[in-house]
Amino acid sequence: MSARIATALLLGWLLLVFIFIFAPILASVVFSFNSDRFPTIPLGSFTTRWYDTIFADPEIGEAARASIVVSLSTSVIATTLGFATAYTDYRYNFRFKGPYLALILLPPTIPLIIMALAMLAWLSWIGASGQLWSIVIAHSVLTAPFAMAIIRLRLNQIDPNLEAAAWNLGSSEWKALRSVILPFCRPAIISAACLTAAVSFDEFVVAWFVSGLNKTVPVIILEIVQGNIDPQVNAIGSLVFLTSITLVVLAQVFFISRISRT
Amino acid sequence: MTEPLVILSGVVKRFGDFTAVHHLDLEITAGEFVAIMGPSGCGKTTTLRMIAGLEVPTEGEARISGRLMNAVPVHERDTPMVWQSLALFPFLNARENVEFGLRMRGIGAAERRRRAVQWLERLEIGEFAERNVETLSGGQRQRVALARALVTEPPILLLDEPLSALDAHLIIRMQGVLTRLQRELGITFVYVTHSQSEAFALADRVVIMSRGRIVQVGQPREIYRAPANRFVAEFVGRNNILSGISRGDVIETALGIFPAAGLPAADKPATLVVAADLVRIDRTPTEGAIPCTLISEEFVGATVTLFLEAADGTDLKVQLPERALGDLNLHAGGRFHLSWPADAGHVLAEG
Repeated sequence: MSARIATALLLGWLLLVFIFIFAPILASVVFSFNSDRFPTIPLGSFTTRWYDTIFADPEIGEAARASIVVSLSTSVIATTLGFATAYTDYRYNFRFKGPYLALILLPPTIPLIIMALAMLAWLSWIGASGQLWSIVIAHSVLTAPFAMAIIRLRLNQIDPNLEAAAWNLGSSEWKALRSVILPFCRPAIISAACLTAAVSFDEFVVAWFVSGLNKTVPVIILEIVQGNIDPQVNAIGSLVFLTSITLVVLAQVFFISRISRT
Repeated sequence: MTEPLVILSGVVKRFGDFTAVHHLDLEITAGEFVAIMGPSGCGKTTTLRMIAGLEVPTEGEARISGRLMNAVPVHERDTPMVWQSLALFPFLNARENVEFGLRMRGIGAAERRRRAVQWLERLEIGEFAERNVETLSGGQRQRVALARALVTEPPILLLDEPLSALDAHLIIRMQGVLTRLQRELGITFVYVTHSQSEAFALADRVVIMSRGRIVQVGQPREIYRAPANRFVAEFVGRNNILSGISRGDVIETALGIFPAAGLPAADKPATLVVAADLVRIDRTPTEGAIPCTLISEEFVGATVTLFLEAADGTDLKVQLPERALGDLNLHAGGRFHLSWPADAGHVLAEG
């Protein structure tokens, strides 16, 4: 009997945690369909006006395009880098492997603002700041460690003989990498690609510092909020949230389903 | 006499400070079923991996079909292996796993499929061709691994403890499958195992290794009846091993003086090995018999092993058919008398 009470209490606690996390987002989504200019209760009538204005605004359209380009490019570069480092870790043993891994996993531990300033200083020094691909470079550095961590987790599950079995059946090292390691890691690679894209799509601080005149969606949200209180941000925010949560859920589906199977 | 298929000569393998294989010489004839057997860490798997090219000998030469293989990379050899873990590709179904070697050799899809299906059917798992390998049973996965290794029709098949993950009854069945396959294909099987029953049941010739060295090579029966040294006598079968001193045509041990053939010169140390199944057990004393106390018995169906202790604490073993127990009236602590015919002892010229 007490076990059932404990379960009920735990479920209640879980519910509270979820409310705590998602209530603000939910509020933002609700207000994005609210006809009133100010986010107050009681609500006005239902409207899609804010969505209509953001879709009509060329500047927001431009920012959305920039964000998509940046997050897709980041996702490809960061996942490639992440796979390469994870595979190096899995396959080879070398003298400075400890420091090598520590260095690779370092970027997420650096405060974002420091990272952003450093990126700006460095990129302008080498004459590469203020471009769309400046953001791609910065975001790739930032997200590659996540990709690596995910792919490394998958490689930890591999039968250590699997690659050797491919060589033994006549495939060269490159062919084995393509026909055994990559397919084995596929769920993790897709998952890493989704997650890095999501992180890049949402990332504001670094993007704001190095973007110059190229604004991504989070940057434009700040500009709108700075100007005045505009329910448009609720609409943009809801769409950004939808994009990110979709990517994260996709990452989870690919990853968790495979991890638990082996 | 044709040239041996595999020749290892003076092969040494070191991993850093550790020497896994010491100066090993071994020749394997085409069409032979060889088992390499020994306790874990004896270098048997390293030897197999050197034949496959997964390890490069530190010293010495490895030849296959006369060709020096030391520098030939794994994928350019035709030495497929059945792995202890099976190492099936989890993202491919059974048929695609079998096709893998053919795909790597650039054989067309239709031909690949035909040959893979043919092999799956030969191993009686044709109906599982399109199944995910992770959903197959241990025995079925074993067969997929065999088909995958044999589909390229290699001259040699390497097997690294392939049955160690199976249930006892499946091991017996797979042994039958392996023996039949090897006879039908007429190719060389090199089988690494720590299990005496697998090695003896399957192989034409057994190589026994200990601490990186070959300690005996011979037919199973030879090794069973005439172990070359104390290690083999202890590792193989159930033997009673009595250290003693040669007195010309008898050996003097702590348990008494026993006649034996093949003893070294008088006063040299010698060891008498008597297989447990050649020892006679009686309730009543007979001449020259050793009085013993029964400690325990191990019943495995048709045969029973009895563990006894002599007056001076020496452990002795007797193995006999279960139906021969008859009126022995076994019980722990019971008194018995052990003896063996003069020709049952096998002498080792070491202490």
